[in-house]
Amino acid sequence: MSNTTPKLWRLLAILLALVLVAAACGDDDDAADTSGDDTSGDDTSGDDTDDGDMADDELTVALVAPSAVDDVAFTQSMVDALDALGIEPQVTPGTFVIEEAATALRGYAEDGVDVIIAHGTQYGGSLEEIAPDFPETTFIWGTATETKGLDNVFAYFPAADQGGYVNGIIAGALTESGTIGVVGPVEAGDAVAYIDGFKNGAEASGATEVSIVYTGSFGDVALAAETATAHIANGADILTGSAQMVVGAVGVASGEGVPWFGTQANQTELDPEIVVASQVYHWEVVLDDMLELREAGTLGGEVFGLTLENGGLVIEYNEAFDLDPEIKAAADAAIAGIIDGSVSTGV
Amino acid sequence: MSEFFTVSVLVATLASGIRLATPYLFAALGETVGQRSGVLNLGVDGVMLLGAFFAHWTALETGNLWLAVLVGLATGLVMGGIYALITLYFKAEQGISGIGIFLFGLGFSDLMFEVKIGSPKFTKQLPDVDIPFLADIPEIGELFSQSLLTYGAFIMVPAVALLLRRTTFGMNVRAVGENPQAADSLGVSVNRVRLTTILIGNSMAGVAGAALVLEAKVFQPNLTQGLGFIAVALVYFGAWRPLYVMAGALLYGLVQATVIRWKVLDIISREFSDIAAMAPAVLTVVALIVLAGRVQAPSALTKPFERH
Repeated sequence: MSNTTPKLWRLLAILLALVLVAAACGDDDDAADTSGDDTSGDDTSGDDTDDGDMADDELTVALVAPSAVDDVAFTQSMVDALDALGIEPQVTPGTFVIEEAATALRGYAEDGVDVIIAHGTQYGGSLEEIAPDFPETTFIWGTATETKGLDNVFAYFPAADQGGYVNGIIAGALTESGTIGVVGPVEAGDAVAYIDGFKNGAEASGATEVSIVYTGSFGDVALAAETATAHIANGADILTGSAQMVVGAVGVASGEGVPWFGTQANQTELDPEIVVASQVYHWEVVLDDMLELREAGTLGGEVFGLTLENGGLVIEYNEAFDLDPEIKAAADAAIAGIIDGSVSTGV
Repeated sequence: MSEFFTVSVLVATLASGIRLATPYLFAALGETVGQRSGVLNLGVDGVMLLGAFFAHWTALETGNLWLAVLVGLATGLVMGGIYALITLYFKAEQGISGIGIFLFGLGFSDLMFEVKIGSPKFTKQLPDVDIPFLADIPEIGELFSQSLLTYGAFIMVPAVALLLRRTTFGMNVRAVGENPQAADSLGVSVNRVRLTTILIGNSMAGVAGAALVLEAKVFQPNLTQGLGFIAVALVYFGAWRPLYVMAGALLYGLVQATVIRWKVLDIISREFSDIAAMAPAVLTVVALIVLAGRVQAPSALTKPFERH
């Protein structure tokens, strides 16, 4: 190299560093504008190390979750719930890798956080190791139907089959081809409950074929999109799916004008023209109970479920979608039937 | 099974496989060029993520999809400059540097998404372009109705092959990848050649990210799901030859598409669904095991150049 080359390299390095820093620290107003009225991400992701603006001054709360805080699905449902309770937690999102989640969980516990939410079934193994080391810390874990025998762990789960069944009732009534496509992630957790409930509801309501595909990934958007494309090519005229990768499928449904049913969070904002209804998880219903128990001295050991009956599961209709009142009445009847026990989801 | 072996389903599966192969092909061809000059870049996935994010952001802000592709390419160039700085100037170990680039891309694209966009938002999709006459052929016309980026990826195959085999630059690339000391003694600037191949490889990784995000129409953190690492594996799979790399990318995409189609048609039962999802990765690993020892990597691959 010539003598001038190292200087050029240094200049290039400085310029690149400046560009990256400028991009990262750019126009905050734009961020506020583009995030629209969804305040959850702004509330939780920006100041991960803040002490938080707690509704309850005595408890500090942290959240470890597998995807982005604004994923319009699993993680956002928990962020929205904490927001509804006036809790601004410390957040570590995007921990698809379990080891990263375990590091975050242990870190929060070592920092003395009172309540740590491990929002992912896959974090159970880590909790078994970490929770006993911090007996004064409450860990809230889900979706799970057991506390693994740990006295400082609360578990939570959604009876997702209930909302799935109701969505299925509507979908079965809407389909003209009789074929409905489902885009699932890994066959585990609440996705299975939702999908099985949806299938039973759709078949009870007139669908002849409910084609279920588990892509094997919670995050592969491209695979979800191709799966939706394949469903439509196979004659499906209604689609649904579960987990954060479904945005790929919603994109295909949006392009083809195929009605979509959401779950976990209200997915209407993705495309108000095609989303019919969403089963929304209101974790605040059970979180509130857990936090009250914690304050009363019970650190864990109990399991809580979201249901249509306790208001933890809510079917939120998209008012912009022109849904036949008779179909909506049938869905409401199914909700009432599930609550009073006269209707079974078959799951 | 019989419903799969109809012309319409087979053609749709093939078209799906070609779409899925497109980002792999861009990234793997770019990595091929780099590796032929002796530079391993394990940061492809991170560069793809950055290319995907900035392309998506551009598409959202401007609505101009081709500008988005250019921004994806430019992002790759910037990352290529950084990688060249690290590996050529500071002579850092390539494997570790690549992983650093990957982690940077993963984290920075996530951060930028949170700050600048927030929640999933759809862009327009690159329109499909019909190849005259071929797209009109009954039954199989769908194969010839793809986005320009898909055509571009496949056009890059002979282009990269010609570049490597038929040009002076390509000869220098191969010489630098096999014996940089000898190339240097003959007056070839090893670092300049490697800088160029790094820039080519990274810009193609940036375009691969743009192709991925513009096909899906939406970005979310870790969009690539390790696709860039598969692309690196495909370079080994293809024995550093563009045509074989294309074959590997197509095979990978077609297996993915076939698994999806079989699941939709209920040919693969639910019990085997998750196992079937691993098929493309398993196939790649098996192929690499079979090929191990039968193909010769560039002799100077991963070795920094020191003039003696």
